[in-house]
Amino acid sequence: MIAELGLAMLWIAAALAALQLVAGCLALTPKGGLFMGLVRPVAIAQGVLVAGAFAALIWLFLSTDLSVKLVAGNSHAAKPWIFKLAATWGNHEGSMLMWVTIMSIGGGVVALVEKRLREETLVATLAGQAFVSLGFYAFLLLASNPFQRLPEPAAEGQGLNPLLQDIGLAFHPPTLYVGYVGLSIAFSFAIGALVTRDVGPAFARAMRPWVLGAWIFLTLGITAGSYWAYYTLGWGGWWFWDPVENASLMPWLAATALLHSCSVLASRGALKAWTVMLGVVAFSMSMVGTFLVRSGILTSVHAFAVDPTRGSFILALLAIYIGGALTLFALRANTVTEGARFSFVSREASLVFNNVMLCGILGIVLIGTLYPLLTEAMGVKVSVGPPYFNPVSAFFAIPMFLIMAVGPLLRWRDDKAARITWAVAVPAFLAAAALLGIVIFAPAVSVLSALGLALAPALALASLMPLRGRNLRRTPLPIYGGVLAHLGIAVALFGMASESAFSTEKLAAMNPGDVQQVGPYAITLKGIDPVAGPNWTALEATLAASYEGAAPIILRPQARTFSNPPGNRTESALSTRWNGQLYLVLGEEAADGRWQMRLWWKPFAPLIWYGGVLIALGGLLALVGRVARDVKRLVATDKIAFRRTAQGR
Amino acid sequence: MSVVKPKHQRLVLLLFAVSALIGAGLLAAYALRNQAAYFYVPSDLVAKPPEPGRAVRLGGMVQKGSIKTRGDGVTIDFLVGDGKVDVPVRFRGITPELFVEGSGVVAEGRMEGTTFVADNLLAKHDEKYVPREMKDMSKAQAAAVVAETK
Repeated sequence: MIAELGLAMLWIAAALAALQLVAGCLALTPKGGLFMGLVRPVAIAQGVLVAGAFAALIWLFLSTDLSVKLVAGNSHAAKPWIFKLAATWGNHEGSMLMWVTIMSIGGGVVALVEKRLREETLVATLAGQAFVSLGFYAFLLLASNPFQRLPEPAAEGQGLNPLLQDIGLAFHPPTLYVGYVGLSIAFSFAIGALVTRDVGPAFARAMRPWVLGAWIFLTLGITAGSYWAYYTLGWGGWWFWDPVENASLMPWLAATALLHSCSVLASRGALKAWTVMLGVVAFSMSMVGTFLVRSGILTSVHAFAVDPTRGSFILALLAIYIGGALTLFALRANTVTEGARFSFVSREASLVFNNVMLCGILGIVLIGTLYPLLTEAMGVKVSVGPPYFNPVSAFFAIPMFLIMAVGPLLRWRDDKAARITWAVAVPAFLAAAALLGIVIFAPAVSVLSALGLALAPALALASLMPLRGRNLRRTPLPIYGGVLAHLGIAVALFGMASESAFSTEKLAAMNPGDVQQVGPYAITLKGIDPVAGPNWTALEATLAASYEGAAPIILRPQARTFSNPPGNRTESALSTRWNGQLYLVLGEEAADGRWQMRLWWKPFAPLIWYGGVLIALGGLLALVGRVARDVKRLVATDKIAFRRTAQGR
Repeated sequence: MSVVKPKHQRLVLLLFAVSALIGAGLLAAYALRNQAAYFYVPSDLVAKPPEPGRAVRLGGMVQKGSIKTRGDGVTIDFLVGDGKVDVPVRFRGITPELFVEGSGVVAEGRMEGTTFVADNLLAKHDEKYVPREMKDMSKAQAAAVVAETK
């Protein structure tokens, strides 16, 4: 019953999306005033219905209704409830329903709260949003119905891939999806503004909170995904330049550029065409990402979500949306008026520079990710990894970091370089001194790591400079947000460079009682014992790790074997200190009865993820500051309008 | 510094963006020629060996009875074959769960003399995850994999 109800709600929501599109288009015709009032309520109703359908699917998974094909194929009654919940979106159909749900709720919220834009532009935006979501409704209802029943209820569920039975999964995909879909709203705003020839500061201000929100979620999603891969894969790495990781990085790069160009447009009325273009590119990258993940066209550690036949559908949607948006852009580019002027030494110029650098990195990642596809079409198989991505993206990243240190200090429109000499000279001196120190004391460090280690502290100092000379109590939240996000970049950069420069690794076969030294730790194997969990059994090593002779701590890495479905996973054991992380993995039993152990000491590695969290927090501060200001303004204009009507009477 | 004229501003921005993107494209193309890791089956590796030290991938079957563990307990030697020739492979590390004799493997690494030194081994994770290269192995190999997994 619940399944049928969910399906019915989904169909009605799809019909409402069609109505939203048609009414939106009619409303923009000369005599369409009648339809103008229809679009907002329809968008809200659509959001509510899809949310209902998604709630129905969650209910089916939580109650393990095995008459539903999707539940039988991806869940199992013996799983803890949190993984039943996560299984809702740990599969193709469920994740697509989640996509549509977030998209439609986003559209509904826009319809509910957005008051700054001209009504025509808003209606065009909502029509654009309906157009985008209709493609996904078609995909769901025609090709991947999540509510399909089995002819006979299954006796037992097939369970969830063991790699996915992790708390990380409960939050990682939804976070990224909110990010991807938030960019669809930015895309719709860009379409709406192009249709009504309304590209200007008001459009940028309406779009900005959505871009910020999407960007925060993408940042968190990437950070969480990276940490998850780090501790579940047991490879000791935190970023593999895997196609699916790149698929989340590319929208983030585009969104970062969009965020900054958006603030130029909102504050200064410049970079109009560029911002619209980035809005299109950012959502395109989300779609490319989804395509790469879902189609399984590229080998990936994430290949569990794969279905080749469905890739073509997403590719078709991608072509329609992006082709359509670019055509619209080409037709309307000449109506986008000239932006406000600025000089080469100004905040705008530095933001343009960094925008272009971000797009350069984006291009490099995109080419590197798609290159294996291209060569395979010509019959040559290649794979592209860190030896390509690291140095080539650094070519653009390093100039970007340099300008990032300077840009926030510059004034809008026009500035004198001499004014900020000291604020730049101090960090520059710090970077030069650090680089010299590394060359003298640690000459074995690779060029990229050395540059990262030298730049990070300078960048951290420079990121605080915009607060210099300000009254800290009266500084607006968005300024703090920017400072914090840039500081986060510096922190993460330091973690990355330190992890790559100073990690030590020990691979050894150990007998109980054996001691191995890794970095500052002496590690003793105490024993190996079997243990059992709710749906797995494991071998667990007990190790005593002593930091520079201090009292040892006990760590227990496991090699788990899952029963439903059968599979294996290593469970690494981590111990985090302020100055680094100890990372232990249990391998197999060697022929002579010794146990393979892989031990790492990674100095300052946790800074990578702390930095990611700081970046997201910075975004959150900026978002709160903006939204609070918008709400104040909204309340103020309402009061004025109220007084006017009262006086009129 | 003076504020530029609007028409020039748009032109300058466009030129800057386009030249940076073209630069990125050229840089990427150049780097890909040198850094992309080509995929080899054992016969190709023997017939046309890559330059020593160049990162490549080697895919084939782990020959039955060939896995030997060295004294340190963590370095293994084994043979990867494609039915025609066998290539000796050395790997130091923890092998993936489904790395077994008679099964397919993709090794990432480089040639050192006549031995392939692997940094990383990719085996089937589970029934759903198969390295892309492994899907295209010859029918005989596929049959062998099926026989082995049954």
